[in-house]
Amino acid sequence: MDLSSINPILLIASIMVSATPILLAAIGEMVVEKSGVLNLGVEGMMITGAVVGFAVAVNSTSPAAGFLAAAVASALLSLAFGVLTQFLLSNQVATGLGLTLVGLGMSSLIGKPYEGIKSPTLPKLDIPVLSDIPVLGRMLFSHDLMVYLSLVLVACVWAFLKYTRAGLILRAVGESHDSAHALGYKVVRIRLLAILFGGACAGLGGAYLSLVRVPQWTEGMTAGAGWIALAIVVFASWRAGRVAIGAYLFGGVTVLQLNLQAAGADVPVALLSASPYLVTIIVLVIISALGAHGAPASLGRPFHASS
Amino acid sequence: MNRRTLLSTAALALTLGFGTAAAAQDVTAGFIYVGPIGDGGWTYEHDKGRLAVEEAFGDKVKTIYQESVPEGADSERAITQMALSGADIIFTTSFGYMDPTVSVAAKFPNVKFEHATGYKTADNVSVYSARFYEGRAIQGHIAGSMTKTNKIGYIASYPIPEVIRGINSAYIHAKKVNPDVEFSVIWAFTWFDPAKEADAARALIENGADVILQHTDSTAPQAAAQAAGNVITFGQASDMGDYAPMPRVSSIIDNWAPYYIDRVQAVMDGTWETKETWDGIGPGMVGIGEISDAVPAEVKAEALALKDAIAAGDYHPFTGPLNKADGSVWLAEGEVADDSTLLGMDFYVEGITGDIPQ
Amino acid sequence: MIRLEKRPQPSRLWTILAPVLAVLLTMFVGGLLFAALGANPFEAIRTIFWDPIFNAQFASFTRPQLLVKAAPLILIAIGLSIGFRAGIWNIGAEGQYIMGAICGAAAGLALYPSESLLIFPMMVLAGALGGWVWAMIPAILKTRFGTNEILVSLMLVYVAETILGSVATGLLRNPEGRGFPGSRNFKQWDAAHNAEIFSGTGMHWGVVFAFIAVIGAYVLLTRHILGYNIRLTGEAPRAARFSGVRPARIVLICLGLSGLLAGMAGLFEVTGPAGQISIDFNSGYGFTAIIVAFLGRLNPVGILLAGLLMALTYIGGELAQLMLGVPGASIQLFQGMLLFFLLGVDVFTNYRLRIGRREIA
Repeated sequence: MDLSSINPILLIASIMVSATPILLAAIGEMVVEKSGVLNLGVEGMMITGAVVGFAVAVNSTSPAAGFLAAAVASALLSLAFGVLTQFLLSNQVATGLGLTLVGLGMSSLIGKPYEGIKSPTLPKLDIPVLSDIPVLGRMLFSHDLMVYLSLVLVACVWAFLKYTRAGLILRAVGESHDSAHALGYKVVRIRLLAILFGGACAGLGGAYLSLVRVPQWTEGMTAGAGWIALAIVVFASWRAGRVAIGAYLFGGVTVLQLNLQAAGADVPVALLSASPYLVTIIVLVIISALGAHGAPASLGRPFHASS
Repeated sequence: MNRRTLLSTAALALTLGFGTAAAAQDVTAGFIYVGPIGDGGWTYEHDKGRLAVEEAFGDKVKTIYQESVPEGADSERAITQMALSGADIIFTTSFGYMDPTVSVAAKFPNVKFEHATGYKTADNVSVYSARFYEGRAIQGHIAGSMTKTNKIGYIASYPIPEVIRGINSAYIHAKKVNPDVEFSVIWAFTWFDPAKEADAARALIENGADVILQHTDSTAPQAAAQAAGNVITFGQASDMGDYAPMPRVSSIIDNWAPYYIDRVQAVMDGTWETKETWDGIGPGMVGIGEISDAVPAEVKAEALALKDAIAAGDYHPFTGPLNKADGSVWLAEGEVADDSTLLGMDFYVEGITGDIPQ
Repeated sequence: MIRLEKRPQPSRLWTILAPVLAVLLTMFVGGLLFAALGANPFEAIRTIFWDPIFNAQFASFTRPQLLVKAAPLILIAIGLSIGFRAGIWNIGAEGQYIMGAICGAAAGLALYPSESLLIFPMMVLAGALGGWVWAMIPAILKTRFGTNEILVSLMLVYVAETILGSVATGLLRNPEGRGFPGSRNFKQWDAAHNAEIFSGTGMHWGVVFAFIAVIGAYVLLTRHILGYNIRLTGEAPRAARFSGVRPARIVLICLGLSGLLAGMAGLFEVTGPAGQISIDFNSGYGFTAIIVAFLGRLNPVGILLAGLLMALTYIGGELAQLMLGVPGASIQLFQGMLLFFLLGVDVFTNYRLRIGRREIA
């Protein structure tokens, strides 16, 4: 087996690109779950973001406008989930699944005219000085803006939850909505804001797929990325830093298995194809065996002020 | 009365009903698609064939279709419903529809069935497919001539004879012009997953490949190659001309329109009979997309000469001497592969490293 | 100001009225959708809800097909609903369905071409076992390490799909299939064929087992102490533990049961309507069944009706594509809307709408 043809510099650069969509969706979902809401509709919101972002970017020839529109569209879609679960107190698991169905169906209707065309894509940044550093420059400092924005977003979410009063309230609502309510916090309003934020992040992740990573629009193109994002939140034990690690690990295994195939590694292909999922399971087991959980106590439970 | 006779009676009544109510030559042609029409590849080209039928016959032919029909239980129901709705001829356009097509055909003896890429025929079931490997030979020739790193990446879908045939054909002709050439194959285990195809293309490029061949249907590899710069690719199933002249330097185009028009005409004339069609470049079922200017003039001329030789039947892409990957002799000097070996091909030719997943 | 007030008991009237209202709302909004797509809305709604059952041209074929399509959905949903009642979220029934089909088919194919009458029952057992084993992975990981079962069961779907692709092109490939992927066709092997029990009715063994499962689940949940413990675990986990219910045991039973039923559904499908193991054998029944379970409010009889309704929208949707040329995606959207409306309208079952200011309690 000759693996010398795998170039670690390029490999890491690829991993960063491949991890960014799930990272964006996962960090949004983490905030949602921190507020005590389980939204299984990430896949539906991502694909809506992918199609709306693509359509707007094509029509306006501006990828930035595409990303913005994607965030808004997916946030609006998540509002449907918010209204159903927060005001009409529907079951969150079922509503989330319904959101995925609606998102998949709607996106392919919207996307019909955009199949098979090219879109403007984000330019790779050429950061002066930094991108000229040998090795590291190519590896870490020659990406497009969204790669860095996603990492900044992770840092912001981390700081928000840890250091701000609003973050504390959000966590309190997720831990015990009844006590939070008793203290006078608007549980429903806070959860709605979290759901909107999660929707916007999922939309950005979807748009990153259709505008940068692939880049094109095709029906069903998220192909399960939203579910992976959900897995990564649990994997990360609801901690922002670990969400980033989880997304990069999953992206890493996905890209690495293709690189191993390309290099002619002597491993059964079926095993390689299944490896990202197997690795996720193994890491999940290790984490849970270590006893690090941290699931918000009210996760998935409906809240009604009179109860 | 059991279901079989019940259904065929219903079908008979229907066909008769149509015969008297409408003008005698009116025909309804149905199409069952495995993917969405907008996949830009396989299903898209079949649907272009359907539209060509509409254009050719105008009001005399009505076409109906159903897209994204999963192979398996759902397909048998979809085909039956199409037959019940009064279709006179039904094209089922994916390999996985083979057994369902044959089974529905037995219940509707008056409806004609055409199954793409399979091998089971009946009195009212024909099969048709295209010799894509002829196009692969031309791709291999261009790829072998143009690679500078001597590494060619191949994104394969599933380990089935058609895909293996394509890899072998491309390899043989790349090797002929460039003895140092190496193939690395990624099995994607999907026909269509743009994100995965893009990742696979990037992985191949990062491993040194400067030519990407694909047997999956999206244009994602083209986009990845374009981003990488000095990498060439070929359109698959459809022309993918948006990516010309670079990275897409040529393409294999599935052109089903002439066949569909021909078969619908046969139903109209009452001359339809069971047929096994396996056509290539010559009859036009396999089209070679324009070779772009990124290809050096002499390579282009050679590729066109190869295309003409194949089309005229003067040259067969699988001509001996050829050995199998395990070193055993497959074809002796000058010997030409027979169709049944090609149809069931499950081995690499000598020189391709790695294993076919089992 | 409008607000909701919790009813002391779920409203009986609304339990029945809510689904009807939801279907009517879906018809209305769906009609607008089809009109926007350029189809006649009345014709579209009639094609989806009426034609599969009553259209003279199709109904003799589609009516039995409703049972065929609904059977795996009901069978899987019943298993899932028991777990959901206990707060155990098996999202990976699709994987258990695939593994059931693979194991059952493999067990049968190992004995090809024997015509023994024992083959089919043995395949059913092997299929159930395959689904059970696949569900035991998340179950044991949960009881042993506390690993989240939603994710493990979901990840295992992707693993099962890879295995399916691999056996369809390798281990179980039909040796007489000229190298093409896919196993032998069970329809051509009488001993292993899950044929219709009464010709022309759509009644195959999967349908029979779906009905048995509905009755079994009903008895379990209403008449049996285990069913009581399951419900208690879901509604009041702490109370359940005090009354001596062992949570680990409930996890193993619930996941095991749903895996068992999903595996059986896979086996009935592969030997019956599908006919063979192929690369794309699975068509999302495992995921759709989750929706069916919730549409049926986790109630066995409700699931039976929800499964039939879901089958109706599938087959009606196919007819709408065929006859009216509406795109397949609009049907998916239509089903999503149906689910949304049901979930939304359901609020009236448990809550009362009050207009006016809240009295001071």
